[in-house]
Amino acid sequence: MWGKRRGVLAFNRLHLGAICWVKPAASDGAQTHVSHTLIIGAGQAGLSAAAELRKRKYEGAITVLGAEDALPYQRPPLSKAYLSGELPLDRLWLKPPAWYEKAEVEVRTRTRVTALDRSASEVITSDGDRMAYDKLILATGGEARRIPIPGADLPGVFVLRNLSEADALSEALKTAGRLAIIGAGYIGLEVAASARKRGHDVTVLEAADRPMARTASPLLSGWFGAIHRGYGVDLRVSTPVESITGTERATGVMLSDGEHVEADLVLVAAGLVPSTGLAEAAGLACDDGILVDRHARTEDEQIYAIGDVARFELARYGRSLRLESVQNAIEQGKAAAASICGAPFDYDPVPWFWSDQYELKLQIAGLIDGADTMVRRGDPEEGKFALFHLKDGRLVACEAVNSAPEYMAAQRMIAQNISPDPERLRDSGVAMREFLS
Amino acid sequence: MAKITYIEHDGTEHTVDVDNGITVMEGAIRNLVPGIDADCGGACACATCHVYVDEAFKDKTGERTSMEDSMLDFASDVRDNSRLSCQIKVSDALDGLVVRLPEEQG
Repeated sequence: MWGKRRGVLAFNRLHLGAICWVKPAASDGAQTHVSHTLIIGAGQAGLSAAAELRKRKYEGAITVLGAEDALPYQRPPLSKAYLSGELPLDRLWLKPPAWYEKAEVEVRTRTRVTALDRSASEVITSDGDRMAYDKLILATGGEARRIPIPGADLPGVFVLRNLSEADALSEALKTAGRLAIIGAGYIGLEVAASARKRGHDVTVLEAADRPMARTASPLLSGWFGAIHRGYGVDLRVSTPVESITGTERATGVMLSDGEHVEADLVLVAAGLVPSTGLAEAAGLACDDGILVDRHARTEDEQIYAIGDVARFELARYGRSLRLESVQNAIEQGKAAAASICGAPFDYDPVPWFWSDQYELKLQIAGLIDGADTMVRRGDPEEGKFALFHLKDGRLVACEAVNSAPEYMAAQRMIAQNISPDPERLRDSGVAMREFLS
Repeated sequence: MAKITYIEHDGTEHTVDVDNGITVMEGAIRNLVPGIDADCGGACACATCHVYVDEAFKDKTGERTSMEDSMLDFASDVRDNSRLSCQIKVSDALDGLVVRLPEEQG
């Protein structure tokens, strides 16, 4: 696997000469400037923007700078099938190396950007290179949040956001029996499920009074909590932690109530901190994310921000937010590319998410906050149900467990502002198609 | 290993060798066949890898799973031989497989 990655790097270096290249002199002797779009961040969002630019026949140069030692890859499996060992590394790549060559998209891996010089329209890399841009797309994503408690820096304490962190955790799990996870959000619970599959003892510690408290409805939270306990996870809610114990390396977690949970490894799964540092230092407006408009553009008309790092006004829900999802990475990347190509469209998605835990597929359409009514369809006891959330009669969200028809229909119903009859919605005998106009 | 022919909506054919164990969707991505988006990366969560399986291979590629069936229910221009290509595992038995791509995904 390493040989493969090195091969990719060699290819990248071969193409360095293409950056900011200027076309050969035209017949009248004048040089034509070739537009250059520079993308900082080689994740799903950055790749989506690059691919969409080419799809829209953008003729300028495209360079993608990535801090990691890897071509763009899928992050969702890192806590799921990749960690459980079901999906090998060579199936994580979003595109094969040949794609970049064919599309003339240059990716420079292991390249950090240290500053933006907006007045010169240049970025400065950790190698000291200055690279000029006509359009700049910030797709910097974020880093796993670390928590400021004693022991958080001990060996044996892990976070999970990128491939090298997943590899480190996976490697450490080979010689560890007991895993303690701080945080019962999606990453925490997905890792719990993957680690149980690998046979580990798993304890999950959550400060809030239910798992997935930030995004899921109480009923869904409770149901997933019970599933995890059924699979043998020691899931403890309303359980704040005081410190990670150990001197040479982590030996467990001290809870605020004084109880000690022993563990060989500790995973801190406390969410994401958006990487806004470059933008802030360059004077771009940020507020837990880089502020962008409905075309993914910042206040600087040359600069866009997309994916996990971008905060935008989601008109459909009347609120500003960051969306940490594959869908947002892809679609907001497309919105930025469309704008750069002179064909902007208003980005106003119905958000969607999924999570795989054990044999369950959770699919969520929309956002539940602000909803005033919940309608349940199907039977949680049977492991197959959907929770519909309505606001003033209108469908705003659907949480579906192993219920793809409900989820797929809900996506469309939300997009079409449909107000379904709750009684009929509850009735599994009424086909979901009937709710669509 | 199986030789698979992907036929784009405009008739462009791509015949490529695909390793056993990966999916028909991944075979397309790895061989730069356009027309399969696969936003979710093969998690059966997005229905953007829709293909039409050649009649001769309908039995060998198996039945749709119920999850797949539901996802396809809302895709555009679904036919009897519609499948999500992320749900078809490649094996020697699929050598010679022909799949056609729809005009649009989603």
